[in-house]
Amino acid sequence: MAGGDEQIGRVVTPAQTMDSRVSAGIIALAAITLLIGGAFAGLLVEGAHDFSGAWGAFDPYLLRVVRFTLWQAILSTLLSVVPALFVARALSRHPRFFGRAFILQLFAVPLALPAIVAALGILALYGRAGYFAGLFSAVGGQDWPGIYGLSGILVAHVFFNLPLATRLFLEALQTIPADQWRLASQLGMAARPAFRLIEWPTLRAALPGVAGLVFMLCITSFTIVLTLGGGPAATTLEVGIYQALRFDFDPARAVALTLLQIGLTFIVVLALTRLGANVVGDTNLPVAPRRYLSVNGTETTLNAALIVLALLFVVGPMAATVLAGLGADLGRLAGEATVRQATLTSAVLAFLSALLSVMLSLALTMARRALALNRRAGPRTLLEHATDTGAGFVLVVPPIVIGAGWFLLLRHAGDVFAIAPVMVVTVNSVMAMPFALRAIRPAYDAASERHERLCAQLGISGWARLRLVDWPSLRRPLATAFAFAMALSLGDLGVIALFGSDSVQTLPYLLLARMGSYRTQDAAGLALLLGLVCLALVLAADWLGRHKVRNV
Amino acid sequence: MSEWAMRGKGVPVRLEKVSFSYGEAPLTFDVAFAAAEITAIMGPSGSGKSTLLNLVAGFETPQSGRVLIGGADVGADPPSARPVSMVFQENNLFGHLSVEQNVGLGRSASLRLTEADRIAIAEALERTGLSGKERRLPRELSGGERQRVALARVLVRDRPVLLLDEPFASLGPALRDDMLDLVAGVHAERGMTVLFVTHQPEDARRIGQNLVFLNNGTVAATGSADDFFAGAGPEAFRRYIGASAGNAVSRDIARKRT
Repeated sequence: MAGGDEQIGRVVTPAQTMDSRVSAGIIALAAITLLIGGAFAGLLVEGAHDFSGAWGAFDPYLLRVVRFTLWQAILSTLLSVVPALFVARALSRHPRFFGRAFILQLFAVPLALPAIVAALGILALYGRAGYFAGLFSAVGGQDWPGIYGLSGILVAHVFFNLPLATRLFLEALQTIPADQWRLASQLGMAARPAFRLIEWPTLRAALPGVAGLVFMLCITSFTIVLTLGGGPAATTLEVGIYQALRFDFDPARAVALTLLQIGLTFIVVLALTRLGANVVGDTNLPVAPRRYLSVNGTETTLNAALIVLALLFVVGPMAATVLAGLGADLGRLAGEATVRQATLTSAVLAFLSALLSVMLSLALTMARRALALNRRAGPRTLLEHATDTGAGFVLVVPPIVIGAGWFLLLRHAGDVFAIAPVMVVTVNSVMAMPFALRAIRPAYDAASERHERLCAQLGISGWARLRLVDWPSLRRPLATAFAFAMALSLGDLGVIALFGSDSVQTLPYLLLARMGSYRTQDAAGLALLLGLVCLALVLAADWLGRHKVRNV
Repeated sequence: MSEWAMRGKGVPVRLEKVSFSYGEAPLTFDVAFAAAEITAIMGPSGSGKSTLLNLVAGFETPQSGRVLIGGADVGADPPSARPVSMVFQENNLFGHLSVEQNVGLGRSASLRLTEADRIAIAEALERTGLSGKERRLPRELSGGERQRVALARVLVRDRPVLLLDEPFASLGPALRDDMLDLVAGVHAERGMTVLFVTHQPEDARRIGQNLVFLNNGTVAATGSADDFFAGAGPEAFRRYIGASAGNAVSRDIARKRT
């Protein structure tokens, strides 16, 4: 690289070839804005229409809901993050043992599992009629009441977030340079000082981000609270919105709840970005680096116990899902017209949603890159900011809120349930965008870094560029994003809970209906099917993402 | 192809009071490159060598002044419409396309190739010593072979100006000499105007007819390469090439400049 430093990090491109990419981004942004703006319009129209009603909805009950929303999120975060610190440490202290990679793989599964499937697994295990009910009754000396309400919500949240937090902490621990470990082992540092001097500083740095992410996931959690929360005593804002619209039909209350939810998530997201949290979560599998560790016998035993406990806690509901699912009359289920119809609906909607999600993400990525290349030295324009963080809106405005807004807006226009497919596809696609962007953006930017000048020089642009240059280098990341978005959309029980009806049912919706009518066996069978499909999709996404195209 | 695709017709390149800035120190160029000759462009890091080529190629737009190629102001033309080909130090090829396809892009940006195009591509690959490697991917080639593919594409593009931005800097000495001889050979056949940025005095000596020396973002001296190396260049040039020029100035001073 003798003297090539004038050009490092600069890809120089003229303005005139950029327009199509930027306009694609503008169209994508407009679509997202329409979706979110329409929801807000619905809320505002409703609020203005019945202002006293909306104001009157701020009653003590609402305050209780807010308090419970925060309380369960705080408890879930503590119960997930604190044990995760120690599990992650235990795993990092033993970089090589049989089954370690498998355990980490298992810890990634909850991320892929639809919330309703996990909820069902937890009920099958710890519920009133669950596998452990007999044991718990014998130990407690009375009939096991099952875990509904706060305890159920907490167990489910910990099931999802303990493995996630563990993986994130483990990743942080693996950033500790090997030199430090070599030094520690040369100095004969025991476990306690090693934790205090080496591990804790790294974990502490990662703590706000991880805790923030978990808190955010718990505060916007809908399905878990809906299926495991029991009655008005254990209701969160999101479930409150759903109940206000679907059961009480109290639009004024829905508006009040929605505004509170937006305010709450906005404050949380703001606090998180201040803390530098990563609000999307990751699915990368950490690899173990070479280590120089001396771990004594007592510590090994303790670590092993810790890992096994965490493993059992995570594997339990999964195993219960499989067992209960196999116990269902799968043959009859497969023959049922409703089930077939719901499966087909789910597949079509999830496919379209993933397609839309990938297209929107690609458009935003291309526009952002093109704008950044054109900008040269000056400050970023508003448009570039929007293409950069546009997808982040969806983090502040949860799917239920968007759904609620449109529900309120469209109920004057006729049959709200008729637009269920449109709502499910659009809201889920936008919801999956943060994940899709994470797969697409780095790949696109890297490819652009290599190809931009060459394309400009040879005049490769527009369709030819997409076909010859961008598609071959983006095929895999696009497939990763697609599979992940499709899994998310397949398992989602947010928008469909609001808009679903007998005429438009997805698998999660049908599952919820069967749970509601106490056809637990059917529900278990459906859960197994749904869980397996989502797992397969996420594994495919992971596999596609790992094979990076080698480039010259 | 277009009106300039006539063999052996290099055209003059001229930068007329061109000024440009990355936001810090401004660069100003006022220089002419003789038609159908090889001009080496030398100068310390940050003196604006690559920027000069980027201005000619159209990757950068001057803040003022005109870029003339063959007497025509090309300021409004996008890079692909200018009568130039450029070879970069790296990333000259698409990693997922075969050698043949990478060369073919020089004929058609959408890879729709006629029979005549295919013949031209085969000839170019033959000329650059790549026969038999048509179907390989760039990663299956050595560093030198990859740059040969880029040169083969220059041949099929057949434009009157060739810009070389340190294309052989990462190759070993013997390989670099081979590549330089290939460039000189191609130049002898086609007679295009070559602007050649390099850090190596030997490169400039080996194939450069003229030499333009840049310093502090402007053209410090121009002249024939032989004169420069005979010691007729400015003081800054002698300091820049240091001991290899055989004069008394020590290497340490030259190093501090870079």
